[in-house]
Amino acid sequence: MSIRQQIAIVGAAETTELGHIPGMSSIELHADAARNAIADCGIDPARIDGVACAGQSPVAVAQYLGITPRYLDGTSVGGCSFMLHVRHAAAALAAGMCDTVLITHGESGRSRVGVGGFGGPGFGGATLQGQFEAPYGPTGPPTMFPMGVLRYMKDFGLTHEQLAMVAVVQREWAGRNPRAMMRDPITVEDVLASRLIAYPMHLLECCLVTDGGGALILTRADRAGDFPTPPVYVLGTGESSETPMVSQMEDFTTSKAFRVSSTQAFSEAGISHSDVDHLMIYDAFAHLPIYGLEDLGFVGRGEAGAFIEEGNTRPGGRLPLNTNGGGLSYTHTGMYGMFALQESVRQVRGTAPAQVPGVQISVAQGVGGMFAAAGTVILTNQNG
Amino acid sequence: MPSKLVPEASPETQPFWDGCAAGQLRLQRCRSCDAFYFPPRPFCPTCLSEDVVWEPVSGRGRLHTYLINHRAAPGFEAPYAIAVVELDEGPRMMTNIVGVENTPDNLVLDMALQVTFESRGEMMLPVFEPAR
Repeated sequence: MSIRQQIAIVGAAETTELGHIPGMSSIELHADAARNAIADCGIDPARIDGVACAGQSPVAVAQYLGITPRYLDGTSVGGCSFMLHVRHAAAALAAGMCDTVLITHGESGRSRVGVGGFGGPGFGGATLQGQFEAPYGPTGPPTMFPMGVLRYMKDFGLTHEQLAMVAVVQREWAGRNPRAMMRDPITVEDVLASRLIAYPMHLLECCLVTDGGGALILTRADRAGDFPTPPVYVLGTGESSETPMVSQMEDFTTSKAFRVSSTQAFSEAGISHSDVDHLMIYDAFAHLPIYGLEDLGFVGRGEAGAFIEEGNTRPGGRLPLNTNGGGLSYTHTGMYGMFALQESVRQVRGTAPAQVPGVQISVAQGVGGMFAAAGTVILTNQNG
Repeated sequence: MPSKLVPEASPETQPFWDGCAAGQLRLQRCRSCDAFYFPPRPFCPTCLSEDVVWEPVSGRGRLHTYLINHRAAPGFEAPYAIAVVELDEGPRMMTNIVGVENTPDNLVLDMALQVTFESRGEMMLPVFEPAR
């Protein structure tokens, strides 16, 4: 059984504010986004009978919002968790386990208000990461995630300038988005002159750290007509994982989880790459869109740097990519995947600030951890 | 003065750390696959055989990839490289590079490295230096 086009996203919204929100705790960011998504589609909250989230327990979110769930999903595999939530919810809805699922994200990533025991999973003590990675002095994702970039540069000839161009192009998109945190145009020279965080990555090649959240409401496609919003159908999904230890990646120049996850999603959707009008690739760092373009099969191995440099992903290009400005320039709370999904929904609905004309199919690719996990969601406004 | 993190052995990894204390890098080899693997576990990750044995390895390898951290962890002095070494026997490990200033010019991918050990509390931690 395939869930292809059986499920629709009928409600979608982000937190009212985005960026610096010291007046809201983590759980309230979940709830603010949820209330906005409920208002977006006008649903009676009593009809919500499924809750999925990461960062907080779905038990906590359900209780906080007064929901009595008969479906719970607390899958927490990093920033792509929400892609997996969509996938699991689609299956649960198709199987009749519940009728309406609310997926929430809220993270006080910058202000750290009401942040509980959620930290780097198992990164200490006698865990394998604690024994075989932590003693070598990593100080967070910027000192781990880009581990393969120099290998990629040597193997495929990617230049520092091409890597910097990823940030330049995404700032171009952010300049068209009033909600983006960083909107002033930047040049390759600006990027390379920004301070080194973890060579070869400069400050402007690393994501923002912000507060915010987002929420989605999903139901079966035959009930989508109950809501005023244009339905966004789930066309295909995929998920996978590789390793919780970046040092144990099979190949430092490609993500196995990206490849497995996206292959499944494209196969289920029954589409080819030329059918894709709009693309989101979770960009915690500037090399992610490069790996993603190749691992999802949009370009050949070693070609993504030149593809971006040539302007194919910028406004007016033939493959609009990270059109909200991405984690580099729009927002990045910690688990950014929800924001990639929100932008895909907006583009498919035709309501994005930097709207791409005529989007029918959008692909949102998420990453969890440091190439540890992946999730892919393909959305469309076409029914049948 | 904060000191560098001291690794804490688990039951499955204790022989690895015992090897380090004896000045020897030891990994597990699957006798069915005839292949070394890392990190330690009491079975082969390729075939799940429990017919595995701890053996010393050469301690030689090549610099597979790295980055240079500009925000120091406790006990470290930035900038310093966090690297991945590919051992001659196949497995890869995260490591630090000692005995050479950690600059992009000095650290050339695929350069030959050899193991040495750094004292961390009661433990000895494998790190790598340019091969002599």
